[in-house]
This record gives sequence, C-alpha cells and structure tokens, in this order.
Amino acid sequence: MSYSLDFAGLLPYLPEFIKGLKMTVTLTVISTFLGLVLGTYCAIGRMAKSKLIQGICAIYIEVVRNTPFIIQLFFIFFGLPILGLKFTAWQAGLIALVLNLGAYSAEIIRAGIDATPKGQWEAGKTLGFSRWQVYHYIILPPAYLRIYPALVSQCIIVMLGSAVVSQISVEELTFAANFVQSRSFLSFESYMLTALVYLLLAISMRKVFMLLKRVLFKSSVA
Amino acid sequence: MKINLKKAFGGLVVVCSSIFTAGVAQANQLESIMDAGVLKVAVPQDFPPFGSVGTDFKPQGYDIDMAKYLAKELDVKLELVPVTSANRIPYLQTRKVDLVISSLGKNPTREKAIDFSDAYAPFFLGVFGSKSESVDSVEALSGKTVAVTRGSVEDLELSKLAPTDSVIQRYEDNNATLSAFLSSQVSLIATGNLVVTEIATRFPAKAPETKFLLKNSPCYIGVMKGDTELLAKVNSLIAKAKTAGVLEGLSQQWFKAPFPQDL
Repeated sequence: MSYSLDFAGLLPYLPEFIKGLKMTVTLTVISTFLGLVLGTYCAIGRMAKSKLIQGICAIYIEVVRNTPFIIQLFFIFFGLPILGLKFTAWQAGLIALVLNLGAYSAEIIRAGIDATPKGQWEAGKTLGFSRWQVYHYIILPPAYLRIYPALVSQCIIVMLGSAVVSQISVEELTFAANFVQSRSFLSFESYMLTALVYLLLAISMRKVFMLLKRVLFKSSVA
Repeated sequence: MKINLKKAFGGLVVVCSSIFTAGVAQANQLESIMDAGVLKVAVPQDFPPFGSVGTDFKPQGYDIDMAKYLAKELDVKLELVPVTSANRIPYLQTRKVDLVISSLGKNPTREKAIDFSDAYAPFFLGVFGSKSESVDSVEALSGKTVAVTRGSVEDLELSKLAPTDSVIQRYEDNNATLSAFLSSQVSLIATGNLVVTEIATRFPAKAPETKFLLKNSPCYIGVMKGDTELLAKVNSLIAKAKTAGVLEGLSQQWFKAPFPQDL
C-alpha cells in the first residue's frame, strides 16, 4: 500500500463543493422551517375534534414514517408526473424533505403536548381563551421546550438525509462529492472532505438551535 | 536425445516453403471463397441487437443479417462462427474466418493488425429527445436541459461541448437518466444509440428520436490484411446495401431508428 493523499487535487473542484454546500444549507433551512410548521399543525390535527382531520393526519404520518425516504423522493419526482404533477428536481427534493420532517416532528411534538398536565387546559379555558389561543400561549411553548433536544436531532437527521436528493440530480453537497469523485477519481479525498463538511454542518446546526432556544424561550427558561 | 540440427533446419525450410506456396496459391481470398462456395463470418452471440441467440437457439441480430446479406450477394453458403469480443481478431488472423462482422470499432492499434471495410452499422453517443424538441446541434442546447448519467463518456463529451447556459442534469445511473426522460422530467437525454433502441423496443410510444451525434464510433467489417479483392468486394456490397435501402431496413428492424445519413 503506497497511496499518497492528494487533497490538492480537489482544489480545482472547490467551486463545486461550495455550490453544493450552499444548496444543502438552503434545502436544510427551508425544509426545517416548513417541516416544523407542518409537524406542529399535524400534531394538533391528530388531537382535533374532527375525526376526518384526525384520520388524514394519522394516515399522512404513518405513511411517511413507515416508508423509505428514497422511495418517497422517487415517487414524487418520477411517479407523480404521470398524474400531471411535475416538479423540478429541486422542488421535488424540498417537498420530500418537508413531508419527511413534518411527519417525524409531528410525533415528537405530539409527545410534548401529551405531557402537558390537563390542568393547564382547564386554566386556559377559565381565562376565556379559545382553543387556538390555549395552544399558542399555554400549551405549545412548554411542549416545545420539553421535546427540544429530540426536535433538534430530527432536524439534523433531515439535513444529513438531504444527501439522498442527489439521486434526482439536485446539486447539493453529496452530488458535488459524487461529481468530483467521478471526474478526479480522488474517492478517499472527496468523500473525506464531504464527511467533514457534514460533520461541521451538524455541529453548527446544534449550536444555532441552542442559540435559538435562548431567544425563543426567554420567558419560559427561568 | 541428440538433435540433428542440420536435419531439423532442412525440415524447417520444407515446412516454410510449403506454407509460402500455400499462401501464394490462396493469395486471392475472394476467389477461394467463391471456389469453396462458403463464406465464414465471425459474429457475436452475446451482444444484442448486433448478435444474440434467439428463442429458437439460432443466432440473430444486425451483424447476422449483414453476414446473410453478403453471402446472398456473393451467392455462396454462409457459415456463422460465434466469437467473443476478445477472440474475434485472432479468428480472422488465423484464417478461421474470412470476415469479422462483430460490432467492430476502428482504432489505430487494430488498423495495424487487420483491414477495415467502410462503416456498415451505426454506433454512437448522441443527444436524443422527444419530437417536440427541435435541437440539431450542440449549440442549439443553449438554455435547454439535458439529462445524462454522471461520469459516463457522454457526460464528459457533453460537459466539454455544451454551451455554458445549458443545464446538464446528472443522474446516478443509466436507469435514473432514462426514468427522468420517460417520466417527462426532461425532454432531452445524452446516451448511446443502443440504450435508445432498448427504450424503443420496450416503450415504442415514448421512444426518443436522434437529435445529433456527440461521439461517433461506427462498426466496420474486419478483413485480413492483404485480402484487397475481398475488401473491395465487401465495400462495393456495403455501398450497394446503403443505396438499395438494405441497411435502412436492418437499422429499423434491430435499432428501431433510421440509418444515419452521414455514415
């Protein structure tokens, strides 16, 4: 074995990596935001009075949580055009990521809501709050705080999972790694670099979420 | 055991001279084919649609039909010799066959070993697309989206030639590239003509049509070096097949595409 590492060989491809990194960050930010919104509504929907809304949310959550992500992605990108629903690769990737995070986070958030003592509901009602006001002012903030670490992990999983959308030609970080590898044949170097970038992304994502926690739950965290 | 060197050398001379005279007697391979009444052709059996074994266990394909055409035109019987891509040239060099019709591409190394006829079959990488796309050159790709398999030869060619404002979507494998086309995510793909033949065979309605060639590597018939009369005859028969529409028919039958005009 006499292989000398050639990280310098990756230099000409640096723009590819940067382009990929930007795309991964964009996808992650948008899908995290939309996914959490979707997840929150689905969590509330599962506890709605209407059996129909309950049913729809339950089916959505179960279907997404019990099928592989790549199949969902291929279905949206390659399957749906048959029905006339055509998305670009980027749109299809984003939709798949949002749907995925929506379903997983719905279950996590629901656990947070479930853990809220019944007395808080009653307190809200007594104050004359509507159902939505109770959720907004009383139930959700402490619920989020309880499940915050699990939620952050789920968002990081989605960021790492965004690697899969390279399969439908979305030019994100993994796509860049595959592309560079197929041009330079520096497999070890390009995947090593990419793994490092993902690691740094995940760590910084956790940091950002911790900062957000301080800002968002200022009043709740005594 | 002692070897009588002198005797051995004498024997060698005899053997060599007999080979030499045999060579002279058969200098015109075309005549000896006509005399024997048999044309021996090396054909592939593992490379559809050029040559494969049919459900009736008989060889079939573009190359086999080409061999049949030549034998018919020469008015001799045809003997098909199945070969692999590794041994097709040695078969010719050792005179086990008269011609090699086995999806043979031309390159300088091979040209030192054997002679090549004119092109008789299309084999190329190109850009293909739906009928509604009017693209006839690589420049016309400006502003368009083309799907290609990442890292393939067609990817490298296309990346080199395509205008900067064209979008090249790179997929993980051939299958994903084809799926992108078949699900109408893209209306143009860059791939090999055989891949397109495969689509045309399975989904005739969705078959993409040839827009332009990226890299041309047509197939030639291999002839032993020095068989000039045979080579000339084969070339004239290929020219005849082109004008008479024989190759067009074969191309439609096996490649589900017209025979390229410029070949």
